[in-house]
Amino acid sequence: MGLLDKARQRSPWLIHYDCGSCNGCDIELLSCLTPLYDVERFGIVNVGDPKQADILVVTGSVNQQNKSVLKNIYDQMPEPKVVVAVGVCACTGGIFRDCYNVVGGIDKVLPVDVYVPGCPARPEQIIDGIKLAIDKLAQKDVVKEEG
Amino acid sequence: MPDSNISFIPFGPQHPVLPEPIHLRLVVENEKVVEALPTVGYVHRGLEKMVEAKDVNQMIYVVERICGICSCMHAMAYCQGIEELMNVEIPERAKYLRVIWAELHRMHSHLLWLGLLADSFGYESLFMQTWRIRERVMDILDKTAGNRVIISVNVIGGVRRDIDTEMQKWVLQSLDAIEKDLREIYNVMKDDYTVKQRTVGVGVLSADDARELGLVGPMLRASGVASDHRMTGYAAYKDLDFEPVVETAGDSYARMIVRMKELFQSIDLIRKAFARMPEGDIAVKVRGNPTGEVISRVEQSRGEVLYYIKADGTKNLSRLRVRTPTFANIAALFKILPGCSLSDVPVLVLTIDPCISCTER
Repeated sequence: MGLLDKARQRSPWLIHYDCGSCNGCDIELLSCLTPLYDVERFGIVNVGDPKQADILVVTGSVNQQNKSVLKNIYDQMPEPKVVVAVGVCACTGGIFRDCYNVVGGIDKVLPVDVYVPGCPARPEQIIDGIKLAIDKLAQKDVVKEEG
Repeated sequence: MPDSNISFIPFGPQHPVLPEPIHLRLVVENEKVVEALPTVGYVHRGLEKMVEAKDVNQMIYVVERICGICSCMHAMAYCQGIEELMNVEIPERAKYLRVIWAELHRMHSHLLWLGLLADSFGYESLFMQTWRIRERVMDILDKTAGNRVIISVNVIGGVRRDIDTEMQKWVLQSLDAIEKDLREIYNVMKDDYTVKQRTVGVGVLSADDARELGLVGPMLRASGVASDHRMTGYAAYKDLDFEPVVETAGDSYARMIVRMKELFQSIDLIRKAFARMPEGDIAVKVRGNPTGEVISRVEQSRGEVLYYIKADGTKNLSRLRVRTPTFANIAALFKILPGCSLSDVPVLVLTIDPCISCTER
């Protein structure tokens, strides 16, 4: 494992995109950054630029309008990258799945690595999901080196 | 004016300051914003049409998810509307419990907003401090209702849970601690040089402008109009004597002060509600389906929400229409953005406390 890969696992940077959620999961995700839960102890930093991010955290279900935005953000992220779907809406569409403007969970558009259920997902669950995502990131590093 | 001075800057839908997606196309002349053109629809799900698929009781859970931040008040407005249609008088204790949970939601919403405002002008430590206090409010919601954000306490005919005497004591103790922390933050926000530099005199709206644009909630009260829908005395507010918080300057600073003072007001209201809450049942049994049409209004943390409900006696409603506070307040944004400097855009966008998922539903 190279130095860069090691650094990436010790300090993964994440980007958050609200993809038509009700705000419930978004504010729980923001809570993770604040003193009580403090994900910065895992080296996790919330960034605004997809070009600097390793983990894409998506909340809410995909609709016709934001489909392309989500795809755009994902495409701008450098390899290796992982996607975490936070909340039941991001996983399957949840309570919104019958709505006319909702396409479904984000796995209709992107390959999802970690699913975090819950309505809204609790901060502990989200931190757990992001920890799993970091392990996936390590696996992808190995694949990249071998492949 | 030569065209070469004009440039276009996209703001959003994915932007570090915005927790929610809205796209503004900013027409900028040098550093000055000339015009802001919005694109919406990134969070539109079509929840009003869900009445065709979900029945009257299931819709409570759908309207709560219009917006996770003020979910409790959405359900309150919806349930009050249905109760009015069915001529149900809910128990007094349920009314007080509704007020308590609604005020707790107002507190967590305002604290969240204060943190985001601080973050929008780069005051990260203040963001962390307000969110640290907010976690205590979330603890109260978690302990009393069983979930942190979407608590689903309102049902048609009353509330789902009770708060017993022991729990009341603990909640009041927590509120004391929250109030002590809030006083410290309030003094910082009120007098801090950085905060004042970025908010005083920024985005001024006069009382006439505010009335003309049809603003609601803290936006309206910060411009000197004493309008608070809680004064009409729905639920138990009629027995809890209070005055709306009003500031007259109409700038971003005044809006911040209004919301800070409302935090103390909410603590006060919760204390009064606990002191005056009568013993008794928390819900009545409701049978049958509603018929007729009704307009139900509730003061949310962002302002007044309006529910129009039309029912025809079947288990599904025939129409539900929601006018959310941000829909009214977003007009102010396009009044204050032109003429401001580009660096003030994030602060001004946040100052209206936008809730895009409410607005687009």
